Amino acid sequence: MRSVTEVLNPPVVVDQPHGAAAPPSSGDHGHDGGHAEHGPTGILKWLTSTDHKVIGMSYMITSLVMFYLAGIMALLIRLQLTTPHATLLSFNQYNELFTMHGSLMLYLFAGPFAFGGLANYIVPLQIGAPDMAFPRLNALSYWLYLTGSITMLLGFFVAGGAASFGWVAYAPLSGATSSPGIGGDVWIMALVLTGFSAIFTGVNLVATTFYLRAPGMTMFRMPIFTWNMLVTGILILIAFPVLTSALIMLFCDRHFGTHIFTVTGCHLVNGLPTASCGSPLLWQNLFWFFGHPEVYILALPFFGIATEVFPVFARKPVFGYKGMVFATMAIAALSTGVWAHHMFTTGAVLLPFFSFLSLLIAVPTGIKFFNWIGTLWHGQLVFTTAMLFSLGFLFAFLMGGVTGIMLASPPIDFATHDTYFVVAHFHQVLFGTAVLAGFAGLYYWYPKMFGRMLNETLGKWHFWLLFIGFWVTFMPQYVVGLLGMPRRVASYPSNLGWQSYNIVSTVGAFIIGVSFFILLVNFVVSWRNPVPAGNNPWDAHTLEWFTTSPPPHHNYTHLPPIRSERPTWDYNHPDNLTVHHGPSKSPPKEKVPVA
Amino acid sequence: MVGVLAAALVFGGCKLPSFGFYPGATTQGRTTFQLWQGFFIAGLVVGGFVLILILWAVFKYRRTSEDIPKQTQYHTVLEVSYTVVPILIVLVLFVFTVLAENKVDATPANPGARVSVNAFQWGWEFDYPGGVKVIGQTTQAPTMVIPAGTDVQITLQSLDVLHGFYVPQFNFSRYASPGYKTTFDFNVLHPGTYRGQCTQLCGLYHSLMFFNVRAVTPSQYAAWLRAQQALAQLKPASVPQLPSGVKAGSSGANLSTSGSDAFSD
Repeated sequence: MRSVTEVLNPPVVVDQPHGAAAPPSSGDHGHDGGHAEHGPTGILKWLTSTDHKVIGMSYMITSLVMFYLAGIMALLIRLQLTTPHATLLSFNQYNELFTMHGSLMLYLFAGPFAFGGLANYIVPLQIGAPDMAFPRLNALSYWLYLTGSITMLLGFFVAGGAASFGWVAYAPLSGATSSPGIGGDVWIMALVLTGFSAIFTGVNLVATTFYLRAPGMTMFRMPIFTWNMLVTGILILIAFPVLTSALIMLFCDRHFGTHIFTVTGCHLVNGLPTASCGSPLLWQNLFWFFGHPEVYILALPFFGIATEVFPVFARKPVFGYKGMVFATMAIAALSTGVWAHHMFTTGAVLLPFFSFLSLLIAVPTGIKFFNWIGTLWHGQLVFTTAMLFSLGFLFAFLMGGVTGIMLASPPIDFATHDTYFVVAHFHQVLFGTAVLAGFAGLYYWYPKMFGRMLNETLGKWHFWLLFIGFWVTFMPQYVVGLLGMPRRVASYPSNLGWQSYNIVSTVGAFIIGVSFFILLVNFVVSWRNPVPAGNNPWDAHTLEWFTTSPPPHHNYTHLPPIRSERPTWDYNHPDNLTVHHGPSKSPPKEKVPVA
Repeated sequence: MVGVLAAALVFGGCKLPSFGFYPGATTQGRTTFQLWQGFFIAGLVVGGFVLILILWAVFKYRRTSEDIPKQTQYHTVLEVSYTVVPILIVLVLFVFTVLAENKVDATPANPGARVSVNAFQWGWEFDYPGGVKVIGQTTQAPTMVIPAGTDVQITLQSLDVLHGFYVPQFNFSRYASPGYKTTFDFNVLHPGTYRGQCTQLCGLYHSLMFFNVRAVTPSQYAAWLRAQQALAQLKPASVPQLPSGVKAGSSGANLSTSGSDAFSD
């Protein structure tokens, strides 16, 4: 059994492999030492900075606050469902809570944490760039996101309460007739703000990866994490403008008397609409044309995290790197053509087409699975917290993926649509990616961001409680869903045998809750008793581990030669080079100064 | 291959477990049930295979030394095969999906009975030929009376927001939308009462939007419908009665009758 200190201090020391001039070490200066000479410090730095690292951290901190708030909402929801006719929450409060739980988790945590936070921080480092392409736009993105997040939460304080029409806001329930409160408007405004934030970050990230790569960093030497963020950025540019436009149309329906998504007030013949009527179905089409790419916007970044973690802790390169890149592109392309699988039960979509494309996504996703397994195969695995979280993601996503294939078949979807079977499915997928893989990323890059380690023992407690709680929470939901329990119900009949499953699920949710309390303790421990991380505590492969922890302003004073997708590994392990894609067989030993 | 194997098992008439699914109280539900069995077995085989690979890797390749393992990056044959084989599996699953969905979605020209269903916040209205209406809402779930053993065609729409018409034991649900009508058929195999519920969030009392489907013999149905039509012509706004053993609702919507035996038989 290896001790934690061995894990944290692998014998390969990054700084002196060849006796060449060592990269600057972070061991001896404070966590923000690199920023001291540039611009303001303290609170003013956080308010005014255009540094991608500061903005990335702001994003992550804000999104973690949203995550904890949404988690508390989930616990309240689970408490309500412990008994069939609970009175803990009123029906309206319950509807508000699941609407806000979904909205916070999907719009304000998962996407912003990965794309605004991790990608913002890591992608410029991974490609050897000094910052994002448009630093001020980047700052604007964050402030729009923060404003949107606060706006979303303000919904709880307006007359009539927060939005209560579900995170998908199906028309015409989300219209002015059925949801007259200000809560709905606040919700729309919040999403318009965060939508623009996402679009701007998407523009920024795509431009950064295309134009700011360091010399030698060709497209096919970019780490998979960066690749996935690039593809995610493109997907954001495809999907988010559709959502934002649809939201503005919804706002017009609510306030300016348009009938885009509604048939009320228009002339009906035999109960059927005429050409002057709007279409509630149009909302579903627009929403899911955003919503399904969004599912992959929320998944691809986390696939990228797992693809960084597995090779490092297996001490091998990514298996099938190019296949992985093309699989990511295939997933993105297919994801724009599967939206109507959310609409199978409308009776108004072409079932075989959307069913086939949905089933087909299993193929590139399967390629990723086998590539991950291939990366582990014959490796030298060490089970750090980051590795455990990534492996946990594999198990969770496998289960979510298999049930996803079932749901891609319309007859099975007819039987399970809008039941807890679907709730369990998408929680296994989204929790598996955004939480298990997401926190793998946090444990993996925290040393780089703060120059100090997170406690591994607490990290493992966090993982195991979370992993156990995950299965205890969601497996009973599959069963109770197959028994016929619909989603979004605040009460249920007591004579159908659903209660025991709900009790187990609630217990699981509270186990998850405890695990996230441990994470908070871990933050405090690392802050009170810092364990210096050094530049490269994991003997990692990619460029960001070459610079100091935290990196200095503008990230690099020197770069190693970039001859493969693992420049830092190649620098540290000249006898075990990654296969070269360039003309030179033996890389020069000296470092290339940054121009 | 896996799909073929699963399909052979399912359609070969073997007795398989239900894997948590309702066996289906309608012919359409039966079809879906068999498809589910096939998908479940395919999922078990493929998922189990991947699971074993992961577990094998995790237990077999724990770090035992500081030696650097072989830096394998590509294996073309392997990569091509784990691209091609899933495509074949998906194709098989797709073929069985289309075969099943054509049966489930079929709407024969001459059904044995027709019912128009109007969903509203928060209840259901079942309209029969001859002006017969059965209406009920949250406190008094309405009961749809239909003949068993024959095709029943439902035309579904909503009077306000989206609703979901869902009968768990039929393995079927369909959105009720305002603005357009959607049609589907089911053929209930045996007389009995089956519970139904709204599945699509529709506002405050979504949780309480129940209904029942009571399948009776065709002759019982014909008799019931004649009686209701007579009543409806006598007093156009009167209260229709259910076949037997059902107490009429005392409160609720103005035309309310309901099955209070929601979960008894």
